[in-house]
Order: sequence, then C-alpha cells, then structure tokens
Amino acid sequence: MTKKALISSRDLSVHFPLPATRLFGPKPFVSAVEGISLDIQQGSFFGLVGESGSGKTTYGRALLRAVPIAQGKITYADGDVSYDLTSLSAEEMTDYRKRAQLIFQDPYAALSPRMTVRDIIAEPLEVMGLTKSREETDERVREIAAKCRINLEHLRRFPHAFSGGQRQRISIARALVSNPRFIVADESVAALDVSIQADVLNLLKSIQQDMGLTFLFISHDLSVIAHTCDHVAVMYLGRIVETAPTRELFAEPRHPYTKALLSAIPSLDPDYAGDVQKLEGEIPSPSNPPPGCKFHTRCPHVIDICRTEEPRLSKLGFEHDVACHRWEELVDPSE
Amino acid sequence: MSKPLISVKDLSIKFNTDEGLVTAVDNVSFDIAPGEILGLVGESGSGKSVTAKALMLLNPENCVYGSDSKITMNLEDNEIDVFSLAKSRDKKVIRGGAISMIFQEPMASFAPAISVGDQMTEQLLIHSDMSLARAKEISIEMLERVGIPDPAQRFGQYAFEFSGGMRQRAMIAMALSTKPKLLIADEPTTALDVTIQAQVIDLMKDLVKEFHMAILFITHDLGVIAQTVDRMVVMYLGTLIEKGAVRDVLRNPGHPYTKGLMDALPRLDDLDTPLKAIAGDIPSPLDRPSGCVFNTRCPVSLGNECESRIPSYTTQGDEHLVACHLMEEGRNSK
Repeated sequence: MTKKALISSRDLSVHFPLPATRLFGPKPFVSAVEGISLDIQQGSFFGLVGESGSGKTTYGRALLRAVPIAQGKITYADGDVSYDLTSLSAEEMTDYRKRAQLIFQDPYAALSPRMTVRDIIAEPLEVMGLTKSREETDERVREIAAKCRINLEHLRRFPHAFSGGQRQRISIARALVSNPRFIVADESVAALDVSIQADVLNLLKSIQQDMGLTFLFISHDLSVIAHTCDHVAVMYLGRIVETAPTRELFAEPRHPYTKALLSAIPSLDPDYAGDVQKLEGEIPSPSNPPPGCKFHTRCPHVIDICRTEEPRLSKLGFEHDVACHRWEELVDPSE
Repeated sequence: MSKPLISVKDLSIKFNTDEGLVTAVDNVSFDIAPGEILGLVGESGSGKSVTAKALMLLNPENCVYGSDSKITMNLEDNEIDVFSLAKSRDKKVIRGGAISMIFQEPMASFAPAISVGDQMTEQLLIHSDMSLARAKEISIEMLERVGIPDPAQRFGQYAFEFSGGMRQRAMIAMALSTKPKLLIADEPTTALDVTIQAQVIDLMKDLVKEFHMAILFITHDLGVIAQTVDRMVVMYLGTLIEKGAVRDVLRNPGHPYTKGLMDALPRLDDLDTPLKAIAGDIPSPLDRPSGCVFNTRCPVSLGNECESRIPSYTTQGDEHLVACHLMEEGRNSK
C-alpha cells in the first residue's frame, strides 16, 4: 500500500448558524467540527467512530464539499490531479463530484420509488455525461450491477420489491457507477439486519480491494469498524480524541473515552463482567460545549487542567495520536 | 417458581391484508416466570413485536388470532385468559395494569404537546383512585429513581427538552409507576448510543430486582441479550426456532440460524476470522417457505425433507429446545 494521503484536512472546522438572539453583536453558531486534521491514505478503509452529535457525519460531508466550511483546508491528491477542496473552480467541482461519492444509511429512503433499478444506477452517468450512448450506459450499469451482485433481471424492477440488503447493494452500485476514487459510507450497514450486514460489509471490502478505492467509513458501531477498517479515528463533540491503526487502537486504547466506548459494547459471553468503565451522564450539547477538554464532564480521570485547557493531539507512536492531558499516567503498567 | 406469570400457548397470528392472509406468527409457545427477564431475538419480519403486542391485545383490527391460541396470565390466585377480555374496561387489567410497555423510539411515544409529568400522572389516575397530588409525588419519585437530575423541574418539561437517554429513562419511569408485573421492552436501547445503552441496561436490571417484575426484552442485538436476560427465545419468520437458558443457547446454539447469526456478528475479541454472512435474504412473509422456514438460507439443509415437513422441537439439554430436522432423533451426527 502506498503511504500517500488521498485526502487530508488541516484544522478543518464546520459551523452551523443558530437563530440570532440579539440584533447586533456576533452571530451565534454551533461548531459541529472543530479543527480536525486527518490524513486519509490512498487505498485505505478509514473508520470514523463516535456517538450521535460527535460530528462524524458533518466531517464526512465536509470532505465531499456538501456543507459550508468555516475554516481550514482540505487537499485532494490523486496522481497528477490535486485540488484545494476549499477553493474549487466550477470545473474542478464537476470533476471532483465524479471522484467522490456517498453511500447513505437508510436504503429505504435513498432510492426513488418511481425509478427502476436501472435508471437509479444510470442516473449519475447521465447527469455527469460520462457515457455517450444508451448502449454504453446500459453496458456500464450491467457491469457494475454484476459487481455488486445484483441480479441483472432485477434491473427493470422498482425498489419497493427489494429487501434492505438488496436495496443497499443498489445504492452501492449507484455510488460506484461513475468510477469514483473516494467513497464516504455513512452508517451504511446500521439499518440492516445482522445476517445481511455481514454480507454488505464483505461486499464493500471486496469492491474496495478490486477497484483500489479509498473509503471513509462512518459508524457508531466499534465492532463493525474493527472488522472492516485498517485505520480508525474516534470523534467526540467535533474533535478527534484518538486516531490509530485499527489493531493498535483496539489493543491499546489510550484515551479514556475510547476505553469507555470499548467497554460499553455488550459482550456475547453472559458471564463476562469486563473491566467496567461505565460513563456517567451524556454527551453535552454542541451548541454549549464545556470549556477545556470536551470530555471532562464525563471523564473518570478528570483533574483541574482538563477543565480549563483543551488538550492537543499528541503523537504517542507511529500513526497513533491521542488528545488527553493524562494519557501517559493512565497507561496500565501491566501492558 | 411454581406457576409462570404469563403463559403463551400455540400463538398464531395472521393479518388480513389486500394481498391475502399473511402469517406473522406461527404456533409460538413460551412462559415467563415472575421476576425473570426473557429475551426475544429476531431480525426484521420475525414477528417479535407482533408477539409482544398480542400479550396486551394491541395488534390492529385486521389481525386474526389462531383458534387454539391461548395466553394465560396468573395474578395472585387470579387466572386471566387474555383473549377472553372483550370490553376495553376489562382490558385495562392487563394494558398498563399488570403489563406495561416501552418502545424503541421514545420521542415517538411521548405526546409532544403534553408535558412529561402530565402524561405520567394521567395513567396513574386511570389505573388507580389516587389523588392528583399523590400521583405527582409518585411520578417525581420514579423520575428520581431512574436517575433523572432535578426530577421536580423535569416533571413540568416536554419530551423535546429531554435528550435521547433521558427520554428513555422517563419512559421507563412512566411504565414502572403503575407497578406492573410484566414490562415489555421493545428494542429499548436500539436508538441509544452505546455508553447510554450500558446505563439503561444496568438500570433495568436493578429495577427488576427492586420491583420483582418480569421483563420481556425484545431486541435484535445478541450482545445486549447476553448481558441482560436469563432465558431467550429465537424467532425467524414468525416461528420459534430455539429457546433455552441464555448460556446454553449462546454457548451451544443448536439451530443453524442461531449459529449463523453468531458467526455474522462482528466480535471484538476475534478480529481475524472473516465475517460469515447468512446466504440470501429474509423471505417476505407473503411467500413463507414450506417446511422449515429457514430452509431457503440454511447451509446444512437436507433438501427435500426440510422443504416439506415442519421440524418438531428436540430437547438439547435442560429445557433447551431446537426446531431442526438435523437435531431430531437418529441424526445427532454433526
């Protein structure tokens, strides 16, 4: 695997305006994503995990230029092509749209009930003008449908005839048809049953390897991330709190929040009590974040400095970063 | 434990739809003992919610119960045949009386324009003859018990002012304030974040001990089941395919579907084994497979026999039942 970043963000922030409370003075806003710097390597399956309200979806959309960016920089570099995504010309934007695609969470909401499966998959080709004739379009649709294990006879049917897993395969085919380089999969298996989920995950993984794609895989489910991604970033209240190669993160989590997330996953063994690190309270509202470390209101190891000073991401190993004032003290000596 | 709290026998449920009579539940039997947590596991379309709703007669009017289906509830020397309750006044004994229910999405189950407190006192006033002041007192006590800070102030607020976890706690407080004997929890933690889910599960386990009530815990998440319930029932396409103590079923699953579910689940303690999906999709209830309902996806199907005959229940150890042809007598070679 080449160690080159396909997409990197530097100090990326996304703000959403709040209704003004005063006529004059600064306009209030919610900071959904605050100062995120991440490199997504070419050909990687990058996992982004966090609870609701952590900003993981917003970050994914920012990389697709689907939300306004308040500050920071995103660069896209693929071979000879490279852009600054924060200042794209109209031409570059059109080109970038072909290169980056999104797979949605809910396959019941993402497909138009009035279009046939063939039309749904062909739409990006037609909109982007990628094919010259109807025959060419059909050929491309059939090729990608076969890759996504969609029965070719089903192309003439409408989405209502399909189950959740089949629909998700259709939306994957639609995302892949324009031959993109970068895919954001936002909770793409969360709405599926367990027996179907494994099938879709395996499909995504094999397509990624076949086509040499780069994935940003957003999920709230750490065990799904553990099985699919090679690199993980954990988000909390708009910040990255820890990022590491998957195996390292699961073997040696350093941030108290990552540890708590891992121990909160119910084990399949009824007698497993686990090292209980249950968190008190809930994620604070992003419109009124606490000062200092954003996690200090729920952290079991909080000290004075956490309440006033926000920790920066610091390197603790090759590609392993953590944002915590006390991570060194908290390393279990038995490890 | 002599008598079960509630006993479901040969429950069959069909729905009268435009496309004909659709079978949602087929011959399901189970008991719930007083103070026990019974887990009901299944994927979408397995009939788990419909089964739970039948206990409270909450299914819509186009639903047809099987003629030999029977649900019996045992309340202090008083045996109630649930299907014989015809008048809505009689149904109050079970609805919100002996049985309460909490739902998956608490935002959808609270009325948005009535304060949480008013909704809590309303049901107390309906089910008892206490005064409004007393009902308010009990409600605030319950809110405090489930861990909501400032319960007196929260009492007057609306559901949208609560966070997701708070709403689910308030829902539990509301369901428990009438002191039910059985709580039906339909995917109570599915909409919650994992850290909040862990809190809610702990709370529910504490409350079972404190109030000595039983819980029918419906979920699709085997991890939650393992950490929460005493016994479990696995359903697939309206059929009960396996039931037993949670340790027996999870450690030694007998049915190929239960095994398949466990293999399909991403596990944190084993990152190397690739995920094994169960082949194919869940069939639509409109074309239920004949014979064993799982035969269309079963990796160890015997072919003709599985497709033509419904398997009977085989006992595998203590009170561990499995409905599979392979487990039937003379075929115990694996």
